[in-house]
Amino acid sequence: MPSRLFFDNLGAILTYAVVGTLWNAFTTGVALWGLQQAGLVAPRVQAGLLDFLLFGSLISAVDPVAVLAVFEEVHVNETLFIIVFGESLLNDAVTVVLYKVCNSFVEMGSANVQATDYLKGIASLFVVSLGGAAVGLVFAFLLALTTRFTKRVRIIEPLLVFLLAYAAYLTAEMASLSAILAVTMCGLGCKKYVEANISHKSRTAVKYTMKTLASCAETVIFMLLGISAVDSSKWAWDSGLVLGTLFFILFFRALGVVLQTWVLNQFRLVPLDKIDQVVMSYGGLRGAVAFALVILLDRTKVPAKDYFVATTIVVVFFTVIVQGLTIKPLVKWLKVKRSEHHKPTLNQELHEHTFDHILAAVEDVVGHHGYHYWRDRWEQFDKKYLSQLLMRRSAYRIRDQIWDVYYRLNIRDAISFVDQGGHILSSAGLTLPSMPSRNSVAETSVTNLLRESGSGACLDLQVIDTVRSGRDREDAAMHHLLCGGLYKPRRRYKASCGRHFISEDAQERQDKEVFQQNMKRRLESFKSTKHNICFTKSKPRLRKAGHKKKDGVANAEATNGKPPRDLGFQDTAAVILTVESEEEESDSSETEKEDDEGIIFVARATSEVLQEGKVSGSLEVCPSPRIIPPSPTCAEKELPWKSGQGDLAVYVSSETTKIVPVDMQTGWNQSISSLESLASPPCTQAPTLTRLPPHPLGIEEPQVPPDLSSDPRSSFAFPPSLAKAGRSRSESSADIPQQQELQPLMGHKDHTHLSPGTANSHWCIQFNRGSRL
Amino acid sequence: MGSRASSLLRDEELEEIKKETGFSHSQITRLYSRFTSLDKGENGTLSREDFQRIPELAINPLGDRIINAFFSEGEDQVNFRGFMRTLAHFRPIEDNEKSKDVNGPEPLNSRSNKLHFAFRLYDLDKDDKISRDELLQVLRMMVGVNISDEQLGSIADRTIQEADQDGDSAISFTEFVKVLEKVDVEQKMSIRFLH
Repeated sequence: MPSRLFFDNLGAILTYAVVGTLWNAFTTGVALWGLQQAGLVAPRVQAGLLDFLLFGSLISAVDPVAVLAVFEEVHVNETLFIIVFGESLLNDAVTVVLYKVCNSFVEMGSANVQATDYLKGIASLFVVSLGGAAVGLVFAFLLALTTRFTKRVRIIEPLLVFLLAYAAYLTAEMASLSAILAVTMCGLGCKKYVEANISHKSRTAVKYTMKTLASCAETVIFMLLGISAVDSSKWAWDSGLVLGTLFFILFFRALGVVLQTWVLNQFRLVPLDKIDQVVMSYGGLRGAVAFALVILLDRTKVPAKDYFVATTIVVVFFTVIVQGLTIKPLVKWLKVKRSEHHKPTLNQELHEHTFDHILAAVEDVVGHHGYHYWRDRWEQFDKKYLSQLLMRRSAYRIRDQIWDVYYRLNIRDAISFVDQGGHILSSAGLTLPSMPSRNSVAETSVTNLLRESGSGACLDLQVIDTVRSGRDREDAAMHHLLCGGLYKPRRRYKASCGRHFISEDAQERQDKEVFQQNMKRRLESFKSTKHNICFTKSKPRLRKAGHKKKDGVANAEATNGKPPRDLGFQDTAAVILTVESEEEESDSSETEKEDDEGIIFVARATSEVLQEGKVSGSLEVCPSPRIIPPSPTCAEKELPWKSGQGDLAVYVSSETTKIVPVDMQTGWNQSISSLESLASPPCTQAPTLTRLPPHPLGIEEPQVPPDLSSDPRSSFAFPPSLAKAGRSRSESSADIPQQQELQPLMGHKDHTHLSPGTANSHWCIQFNRGSRL
Repeated sequence: MGSRASSLLRDEELEEIKKETGFSHSQITRLYSRFTSLDKGENGTLSREDFQRIPELAINPLGDRIINAFFSEGEDQVNFRGFMRTLAHFRPIEDNEKSKDVNGPEPLNSRSNKLHFAFRLYDLDKDDKISRDELLQVLRMMVGVNISDEQLGSIADRTIQEADQDGDSAISFTEFVKVLEKVDVEQKMSIRFLH
């Protein structure tokens, strides 16, 4: 129930509930008595004025269950709905009081009723309603307070909510106060705090359980009604009474609504127009409460009980079935303003807040302590005292309505994005505001991500595993890590000329590392040719992704940003599966991007597959490079960084140098030439090409970058240099452009398999270092 | 207008104000007495200090801006006419007015004028656009201190993105109106002036 709307219209609701119900009760009772006096009601119905008043009081109450059930279908505008629904909730107090008062009067006999009794009756009205509300508020307070401390015992939260709400009901019943009011106020009062305190899952649990229980209860009640209708021993028919009642309740309700609305409209900001009034009077459905009350009548005191029972059954059936069924066409015919189900927008939330502030200020200027003034005061009181007391610390800290709406919208976007197959973490340039939310989910503006990355980088919509993001996202710290450690796509940096003169900085370091990893990987992939493992899956996709960009280098660079994000070591299995499923896809020999993508992405997978081929592979975190078909040696298997720096790399490199096939070199040449024809930034191209050729083997010093300026045709010195470079975090400048250029070269190969190799190890190193941060 | 606090409004003026703003006699008189009570200097106009003397406005996040809204461009004093004119924006829209004067000037409390008032509160530099910075300023004022600037930036970006249709990264008045078309502005921007 929208509580803000409820309180905004509280005046109207209270009027209809209290005054309306009283009016209905009296007029119906008196009219029926008049009917009897006029002889239209058979004399066997022995009822006096008091009896009719009693009957009037129980038949006049609008029933919340029936109203809710019907109006939920109809979707009228919110104001109308809340007025009718609120009325049905609050009139319970009036009904209960009236019923009890009349009942006791009947029992006392009409002769004994004195003036003081009437006064007592009126006083009890206040006691019952306000007492019921107070009970509800007490339990609301208790509930909010206890949920504040349930952080470690989340499982009992739904239980608490149910129990305490039900306890409110029972307590009020026990004290003969209005139980419905108690439960309503309990819910209204604690909603804000409990929502903030309990977990998402508890909230969902409570919501759906309540709906289910409510559904069950409704069904059972109407079943009881139906069954009682059939059991003719319980009731006796009198046409005059029945028809009279039907007519009167409709007529007097309509009359009452019109009168009250006329009065209310003098005070309301937005007047209720005629159509609203029609719907309100037609929507006054009676329900099970009336039936329960009539059954409870004491036949000895009220001899006409059976007739009343029959009448009540007919009335309830009529209102629920006939009125309930026809209200929807009526609403359509009258063109009632319907509620437009629109998604909440941040704009609306923000502007509504602004309006509230404006109105409060204007009221202050005018000097008029109106509704907004008090509402404002209440909100401040709430913020200062109540929320601090009743809300969990963490929830209180981040409590802000505008932020909540934004947060919810973001989550919604993220979910729909992932649903469409996007991989949140793969979008480059994750900018994460550093506030831990209630669920310690790192926030990110997905729409921003989408916009930023839409122009180019790796929004690979058919990426292999999208599910992993959930687990990752739960670690805000890891995100910070990633932020620090992730490779940024080159696009973010201005492609500037003459970068080889730039002094060392993060960009260069990153480029260098990535380049080296790629080189390594490409090298290792040659070995895999022997194993005939062909990973072509990512290709078609990559092709699509790749074709978007003019600058292949940027893409390569961008895609390189991805693997380090692969946190899920254990998920390589998943990766493998999907990878293998695409093995059949045709290989495209051209776009380097695809290869890069393939290399990067399934690097781990490759290792797994290879491992499975030979070893009954356990999923090692970073399997060592397998260079030659014979099973990997222990040294190879060892995690590179554990084995110390340098050894493995050298080992690997010596192996790889032997196996560099000629075709790779020619491939590289082709790549180089094709690169020249690519529309890449010229300044980066020219200087790099000359320095492409890899350095001869054996250069171990940290001055790797210059090494890289060697001829691709010569044997590969990449592994050592790469290894070195990969390990050393601080590099001297200079070779970013060429590194970048070299990456596309790889793409021109025909074979694309990966072997994990040192590339992998470097990747892992990179990664591991990241995790150690 | 007289200089004594208890001086009455001249009838012609009352009539003019009534025609312009749509308030009733009693409302205008009431508001006039409020005006004079605020006017400590007793010179028939209100200055900014007079407004700032109202205690509740100090704790209103948008208090200063609303005070500014009363004063027209470059002025430091507002007379009763101006006071009423601004307040007229908040008069509730009545049914019988809707069918009135189609040729006459739009009443001050029309939906469009109400929205314009709010729009002017955001748009400080009066370029008819709410830029990201202006939005950020308002957000900063309205949102609690526990939200960081980064997050505010995201909120601002998203807000603009939701509303912006012509892609200029700012919200123009038409976009503003469009975004609020589902909101019941008549109710949310009106207060009850007691008769």
